[in-house]
Amino acid sequence: MASISVNHLLGIKDLQKSDLDIIFDTAVEFKQVINRPIKKVPSLRDITIANVFFENSTRTRLSFELAEKRLSADVINFSSSSSSVKKGETLLDTVKNILSMKVDIIVMRHSSPGAPHFLAKKIDAQVVNAGDGTHEHPTQALLDTFSIKEKLGDIEGKKVVIVGDISHSRVALSNIFALQKLGAEVKVCGPPTLIPKYIEEIGVKYEADIKKALVWCDIANILRIQLERQQAANFPSLREYSLYYGVNKRLLDSLDKEIVIMHPGPINRGVELDSDVADSDHSIILEQVENGVAVRMAVLYLLAQK
Amino acid sequence: MAKIKLLDSKLLDITLSRLCQQLIENHKDFKDSVLLGMQPRGIFLADRIKIRLQEMTSENIPVGSLDTTFYRDDFRRRDEPLSPNATHVPFIIEDKKVILVDDVLYTGRTVRAAISAMLAFGRPSIVELFVLINRRYSRHLPIEPDYVGRTVNTIQSQRVVVEWKEQGFDEDNIWLFNQWQG
Repeated sequence: MASISVNHLLGIKDLQKSDLDIIFDTAVEFKQVINRPIKKVPSLRDITIANVFFENSTRTRLSFELAEKRLSADVINFSSSSSSVKKGETLLDTVKNILSMKVDIIVMRHSSPGAPHFLAKKIDAQVVNAGDGTHEHPTQALLDTFSIKEKLGDIEGKKVVIVGDISHSRVALSNIFALQKLGAEVKVCGPPTLIPKYIEEIGVKYEADIKKALVWCDIANILRIQLERQQAANFPSLREYSLYYGVNKRLLDSLDKEIVIMHPGPINRGVELDSDVADSDHSIILEQVENGVAVRMAVLYLLAQK
Repeated sequence: MAKIKLLDSKLLDITLSRLCQQLIENHKDFKDSVLLGMQPRGIFLADRIKIRLQEMTSENIPVGSLDTTFYRDDFRRRDEPLSPNATHVPFIIEDKKVILVDDVLYTGRTVRAAISAMLAFGRPSIVELFVLINRRYSRHLPIEPDYVGRTVNTIQSQRVVVEWKEQGFDEDNIWLFNQWQG
């Protein structure tokens, strides 16, 4: 039967379309499990998972931890702010020390692109990338595409626009790979200073005008303006960003159609997304969060079988 | 390859009638009874039982389907990965009389997993096991059925293969193969 083609989940780029289908099929069953009175299954009861977070995270870490616990895995958590990394230990040493405590799967977030790929080559345990710098965030893309599929039935032929800071966004890159593999058309929209120079070379069109982008699309995935990654002045002010690229009710009302609004969180309310849109029926933001647990359960379950 | 027919459509019909009579005898009014078919093939049998009981008693007994994949004890211990089927339990199990339904009872491990899976939905008052084919002398766990279509003495190399019309076969047939047919 169905088994995914990879031993680690490092990026969507490495996955086949069939892998995405298997993950989605498995996630459907796990979503059913987490809506039961008893939300736990014993599948991973002999597995130990370490969540190793070198960068801050709320949603992703909680979501992974909950997914692991609902699969009955043993879970240990590590965050760099309260650890020996501060004392100068290398990444490999830190992880090897964790592994000598008999850990089977490492879920890692790191600020350097490629850190999980490096780790996967050096250690025996399986690695799940929970975000590596500005590179990939595969489980976010999986839960985003899973949510689109759940909402619209299919992804093939759908038009998706990703709005915001594409250059600094691992969510954008992973989403682009996933959506393209599933047959969707992808455009990006945002200030030119926040769009990677070579974006069109991976088959993604750029639209500078938010209104035109929204008229074109079926789904708009609004990214967070990552204040922590804006050392250079890529746009003059948040107010100006909001004026030109913020999605609000007036803008949506001016379209002659209904589109689905997504956001990976956390939202800067009033900057990239207004409250009256974020909390409206168009938004599937909280569904994304719910699906995140089911999708991560599916990923861990499928990897643990390898 | 030697194969023996254990049940065909006609025999299956007679067997099903007999087992439904037994169910009526034990459950009387089915007021608190539910059927739970075990994925993948037990669900076809559970549906047939429901229809037959409806004909015999005009009672409408709720049917659910239960998938045991996430509850198995051979995760990471088998060569082939397991893929899940749908679990659909559209009723409350608490204090119900549950009839677990499967086509073949062999080692009992799937039934063990099914009991765990079922308990995630509540605490039933009674659980019974209904199987069409009971393979004797092959149990790994102390599990015995309450309703049995046919008991066969088998050895490990033999395989029982069940074909349901619902799966696209022309006829319902249950075969005993002397060796596994891939």
